Amino acid sequence: MIRIQNKIAGIVCAVLLLAWPMPGSAEYDYINISNPFLKKIPIAIPVFKAFSRSSAENIAAKSAADLLSKTLEYTGYFKIIDRAAFLADPQQPHIDIPDIVFRNWTGIGSELLITGGILLHNDMAEMELRLFDTIKAKLIVGKRFKGGDKDQRKMIQRFASDVIFSLTGDRGVFNSKIAFVSNGTGNKEVYTCDFDGYNPRQVTQTNNITLSPAWSSDGKWIAYTAYSKKNTNLHIMNLEEKRGAVVSQKGLNISPAWVPNQFTLAATLSFEGDPEIYLLTGSGKIIKRLTQSVGVDVSPSWSPDGKKMAFVSDRSGAPQIYSMDLYTGRTERLTFEGGYNTSPSWSPKGDRIAYAGMQNGQFNIYVITTDGQTLVQLTRDAGDNEAPAWSPDGNLIAFSSTREGPSKIYVMTAYGTDQRRLLTLPGEQTAPNWSLRIMND
Amino acid sequence: MRKKFWISLALLLVIPGLLFTVSCAKKTVKSEASVSEMPKSEMAKETVKEDTSAADKARAEAAALEKQRMEAERQRMLEEERLNAQKLRETQLEEERRQAEIAKKLEDAKKKVFLTELVLFDFDSSVLTETAQDRLKRKAEWLKENAKASVIIEGHCDERGSNEYNLALGWRRAEAAKAFLVDLGVSATRMSTISYGEERPFAQGHYEGAWSQNRRAHFVLE
Repeated sequence: MIRIQNKIAGIVCAVLLLAWPMPGSAEYDYINISNPFLKKIPIAIPVFKAFSRSSAENIAAKSAADLLSKTLEYTGYFKIIDRAAFLADPQQPHIDIPDIVFRNWTGIGSELLITGGILLHNDMAEMELRLFDTIKAKLIVGKRFKGGDKDQRKMIQRFASDVIFSLTGDRGVFNSKIAFVSNGTGNKEVYTCDFDGYNPRQVTQTNNITLSPAWSSDGKWIAYTAYSKKNTNLHIMNLEEKRGAVVSQKGLNISPAWVPNQFTLAATLSFEGDPEIYLLTGSGKIIKRLTQSVGVDVSPSWSPDGKKMAFVSDRSGAPQIYSMDLYTGRTERLTFEGGYNTSPSWSPKGDRIAYAGMQNGQFNIYVITTDGQTLVQLTRDAGDNEAPAWSPDGNLIAFSSTREGPSKIYVMTAYGTDQRRLLTLPGEQTAPNWSLRIMND
Repeated sequence: MRKKFWISLALLLVIPGLLFTVSCAKKTVKSEASVSEMPKSEMAKETVKEDTSAADKARAEAAALEKQRMEAERQRMLEEERLNAQKLRETQLEEERRQAEIAKKLEDAKKKVFLTELVLFDFDSSVLTETAQDRLKRKAEWLKENAKASVIIEGHCDERGSNEYNLALGWRRAEAAKAFLVDLGVSATRMSTISYGEERPFAQGHYEGAWSQNRRAHFVLE
């Protein structure tokens, strides 16, 4: 069941972004939650109306509409209808009831319609955005945004979030970021980018090998592995303040994973003679040891409630995925197919785990339900596909792939559809890690 | 005309006489030459007298010459000895140099073997194969012969598998090599380990020929 919020508490952020809703109605069941990508919903997003028709406004009217199309298309839920098919006159955009002629939209097969109006003056921008059900001829959600000229992208993303929320009850991925490793500088360093691959930014400058970035739940900290001359150390860094802790026990200090909503993380340390998973504070102090087995225990990934941890262990003779209950300490093996399974990532929906498995010399992304009953292969015949990372709403998976030659970051839906490259950077990109939604970005 | 005749006759008598006088003396020393036709007794007496002093002179000369000869001989022998000794030293030095060079070449070769002889592993394994163990034994010998050397043992993996798992596997490989050397008597304080996982491959390529080279414990001198 989907709800429409009539009154939403204003989302106030530092850039004076004000948004308030317009009256909408009722509850609709638009997206099939169990497999939302089976049938994509046709949606039309015409060029916005330029209120004062200045040339800058005309340009912005198109670019904002295009950005909204791209952003919504990224989710995999929608089929964006080509504007060439539109029946309505683009010179006379109708953006609200009663002006909208809905049969112009149902006539071309569109089930949803988004209209927008934009006003630019001085250095300020104002947008009105509305989502309509064309068949029922009703408004689903409408918002007005006011802010600086440079905040247009944020306004669009916020509205996209409102659209997804009104259709699914979930806020979507639009405020999240992806961390990854790239060697474009000649050395492997940690980078971050927006959820859709925009604004890549280099975050570390170790001029050495840097690996395994991991976001904390609030998006303020990143943990990663970096080399000194004689050791492999774990760095825990506050992104804004560039301060933090270093864990440099003798031997390995690798593969960090933050416990959801806590300033605590799991990591693999080998200072006691064997690579085992330990629990650490965000300041780098060891709380306790979690695994107890001879052999490699590595790559932890937490369930969204923080009560269970998936990890890789070769205690059976080869690497497989295991799941440990933190309270009871009970550990059970999850993967029995294939002789080499690594890199688990627990879905934020809680019910399934993605991982990378090698069969016939090739790596592919698999998803297994946490009860171990259902196993699905998501990639095939496309090079080596590794290091899966779920989006915060559990609908998308980022991963690395060598299908084009050098390793790049790709994104696909949770069901393996719509596989496409996230961004283009020099060198090779690996090890994506997807943050939760970051507020006050 | 008559004067001329007597002068010629005198000359004719004197010159041969002189000649005979001289030659008779010599002949007396050698005691072999035939005697001339001059009056024998007088010649003989003179000859004997001359012989004696000449002989003495000759003997003295001879002795002096002999002394000279012997001295020269002695000097020559000394010089020869000196030269020989010098040559010997030079040869010895040359020999020592050669030996040292050979020894150094041998040392360098042993060090090169130590650094380049590969300790390799099977896929997804940190178990030491027989070949690996043999090579580690040789490395242990070198470490014992070179007691001052400190070494970093790096653990490496081929490119397959997750980077994190390979970091851990590489660590286990380095530690396995180190433990083996400790068991052979090498002091643990001389060896440190670090894992590079799949991050620093030696051989590029996506096939077993390259992968097998990268699954190794690599030794680096500090």
